[in-house]
Amino acid sequence: MPADQRPALWLDRISRRFGSRAVLEDISLAVPSGRITCLLGESGCGKSTLLRLIAGVDRPDGGTIDLGGTRIVGPDRFTEPELRRIGFIFQDYALFPHLSVADNLAFGLQGLDRRERRSRVAEIADRIGITHLLNRYPHSLSGGEQQRTALARALAPRPEVLLMDEPFSNLDQGLRERVRRETLEILRQFGTTAVLVTHDPQEALAVADLIVLMRNGRIEQTGSPFDIYDRPASSYAAEFMGPCNRLAGIWTRGSIETPIGRFAAGLDLPNGSAALVCIRPQALSIAPDGSGISARILSKTFTGESEQIEISVHPLFQPLRMHSHERIRMAVGDKVGLHLNGAQIHVFAEPVPLEQLSSLGGEIIHGEILTETVS
Amino acid sequence: MTLANSPDGIQSRHLRARGGAWIVASCVIAGLVLLPVLALLWQAMRGSDGLWSHLAANVLPHAITQTAILLAGVGLLVAVIGTLSAWLVTAYDFPGRRMLEWALLLPLAVPTYIVAYAYLDLLHPLGPVQGVIRAILGYDSPRDFRLPDIRSMTGAILLLSLVLYPYVYLPTRAMFLTQAASLVEVSRALGTTRAQVFHRVALPLARPAIAVGMSLALMETLNDIGASEFLGVRSLTIAVYTTWVTRYDLPGAAQIALAMLALVIALVSLERWARRRQRFSTSAQRGRSFAPRVLTGRAAGFALGLGLLPVVLGFLIPASYLAVEAWERFRLAGFSAGLVTEARNTFLLSAIATAAVVACGVVVSYGARARPGRLSAAALRVASMGYAMPGTVLALGILTVVAGLDRWIDATARDWLGVSTGLVLIGSGMALGYAYLARFLAISTGSVEAGFSRIPRSYDHAARTLGRGPGETLWQVHLPLSRGAMAAAGLLVFVDCMKELSATLLLRPLNFETLATRIYAEAARGTYENAAYAALAIVLVGLLPVILLARIGRMGQKP
Repeated sequence: MPADQRPALWLDRISRRFGSRAVLEDISLAVPSGRITCLLGESGCGKSTLLRLIAGVDRPDGGTIDLGGTRIVGPDRFTEPELRRIGFIFQDYALFPHLSVADNLAFGLQGLDRRERRSRVAEIADRIGITHLLNRYPHSLSGGEQQRTALARALAPRPEVLLMDEPFSNLDQGLRERVRRETLEILRQFGTTAVLVTHDPQEALAVADLIVLMRNGRIEQTGSPFDIYDRPASSYAAEFMGPCNRLAGIWTRGSIETPIGRFAAGLDLPNGSAALVCIRPQALSIAPDGSGISARILSKTFTGESEQIEISVHPLFQPLRMHSHERIRMAVGDKVGLHLNGAQIHVFAEPVPLEQLSSLGGEIIHGEILTETVS
Repeated sequence: MTLANSPDGIQSRHLRARGGAWIVASCVIAGLVLLPVLALLWQAMRGSDGLWSHLAANVLPHAITQTAILLAGVGLLVAVIGTLSAWLVTAYDFPGRRMLEWALLLPLAVPTYIVAYAYLDLLHPLGPVQGVIRAILGYDSPRDFRLPDIRSMTGAILLLSLVLYPYVYLPTRAMFLTQAASLVEVSRALGTTRAQVFHRVALPLARPAIAVGMSLALMETLNDIGASEFLGVRSLTIAVYTTWVTRYDLPGAAQIALAMLALVIALVSLERWARRRQRFSTSAQRGRSFAPRVLTGRAAGFALGLGLLPVVLGFLIPASYLAVEAWERFRLAGFSAGLVTEARNTFLLSAIATAAVVACGVVVSYGARARPGRLSAAALRVASMGYAMPGTVLALGILTVVAGLDRWIDATARDWLGVSTGLVLIGSGMALGYAYLARFLAISTGSVEAGFSRIPRSYDHAARTLGRGPGETLWQVHLPLSRGAMAAAGLLVFVDCMKELSATLLLRPLNFETLATRIYAEAARGTYENAAYAALAIVLVGLLPVILLARIGRMGQKP
């Protein structure tokens, strides 16, 4: 690990209320220097509010924020946003429509004299590849060009931390991927510490060094993309990061028993307690030979990239969903054998929702049926 | 690249104070608006019991009755004219409709005292109209035949309504345009006939808009001093004015003014209530405009004639009269030196006041934006309160404040410098500027706020995170981006300052005449034709905001 592991940004027990509603509760977070941190969550989870608190355009009701070792928010302490050296890229980019691209870039450089300012604008425009746009006005730029201009404007004053609020969501699908890749490249080149807000788990997985998954104003889980995807801390985290098949199970003797098999898990639970199993679609595969768990194909949907298949397994009332990247020769209605890849199965010591119980027809309550179907 | 050198503690606390300066400034401005009201209360409490019982017995009952009749009459008439004309140009299509849509706003350019002034002369028993009628009917002298005297309550109600109905027309038409379409179509599909649509759908829908417009028109009525005076209506405003000016009884005037304040509060409550309802209902579908029924032939002619009636009576006749009279005067005598002085006075005073009013409006609006919170919101609300205050009432409060200040300045100057400053604030026109500020601040904050609301919040935040303080952000982002709104605010305030009569009459420096006070003086003397220039000038300048309004109305209306 490099020596400079002091976090660029340190948030401690931040809370924010709007009226009687708690938008953020007890948020503590260390943002690593020179890395990209993603605040991920559904709309309304508080991630954008957290970003605004860091920027200083809103004030928390409690907690402290340190930036580069200096306290900027705390009791009796509030550094105005203009003194924080924090860059911000807004969802709508917020380019000033009455200023040319060059003047937009120069907006944050008022401390410099005219010549320095001009050379800094030229330099940043060159590095981000928008030199040809300098004399244009924001309304004449395409979405991608606006995004790059916003990036250049935010980076021009060399901020300590760059905040981005859904910076790619205004771009259409094809453009988004490209702009995202370019932006990442630039951020890595500059060694910028960035905090990015997104509601898109794919984006977070693709972009982040560190993902902070938020839920209802609290942090659900913090970790690397692999941590979050492969070792979700809760069924919420598992389902948020990607589709899951949910199954109810019973914890016995160090593993969990479900209608379709027994899975090892490191839970500390009394024997006989209910638990929840999340199985990623890609953990399932089928074979025509009848090996594995006996199942039947309910439907197939071809999406080009893969086939989405629903299969029914006795005694589950809800079908299981799976993807196949190979062509499936079996037809709807065929009997198949189901195989499981244990790495993509997650077990949580969470109370099983009622609807999950009903999908088992109530039989799970006795626990008898389970052993019968497990081969 | 680190913040380590940024001095913390002291600087950030200092900055907090700097940002708070906006709130302090907003509160000071709000305080300036509130102060006259408090002074009025204090002034009213100084009056003796005997005085109050005299007023209650002899002055108030009559004045209140007269005012109530006036308000009821004007309220009813503006609602009828405003709503019907709005419905006419929305629900029907006929040749001339487009023209009528903006022409119906024209009477807004004619202040109440000018319409009264024009008709007084026009309908004078020896004037042109009665002369023509006598000639047609074959009478020789006014003794044989004359029309009922315009100088009556009925005359006042008619004339005031003719120039105040656009207050109802404007919001009601907007309401019909923005949302009647789908609702009318639905109700037709549900079996409502064309004839029933108006009273079963459109009217209930427009009720909040009508109430808003009506309350504004009634505030103008309450504020009016010229028309009531010329037409012999002894309203509360006149009672305040005479109690003050002819009897030098300030506490008495203040007590009558309090009665007016009660009426104002009722009107403001009506307006607030209606606006809430209006906001509630405009959240419905919008965008599609109404498909009007096409009229042809005699029906079209009738519709056009009906629609033109308020325009002709409320604008064309008085304006043409003024133009003809002004031309006659010009041919006979050229421009008088007095007119030039008065025009210059009016222009300078209005320009200076406008600059101050718009600047204060910017401060208050930006304060509420840069430092959102209960305090800045309250300041914004208080600052927008003055529009409802009749000029006479406001002038009374301001006089109390300013005269006290003047005496204090004078005493201090005599103690320290040995010179008497006299009534420096009143003498320099500061008091009058203050009155304009308190009365018209609502117009500028409203307009500036509307301009600011079109600027996304992210612009503020972008500027702040790029190192600009709140003041710089205002200067470099908000002001350049809301230039249009600023200009509109300036225009509206300027024209209102120019037309203002009731406060000007009471607070102007000695021997200082504006165009409006000149008209009042000439009309009081009965020498109407002498002020034709001044009145024409006011009407012409008054057309500017009407043009602006008409353009805004057209922009909001998609073809």
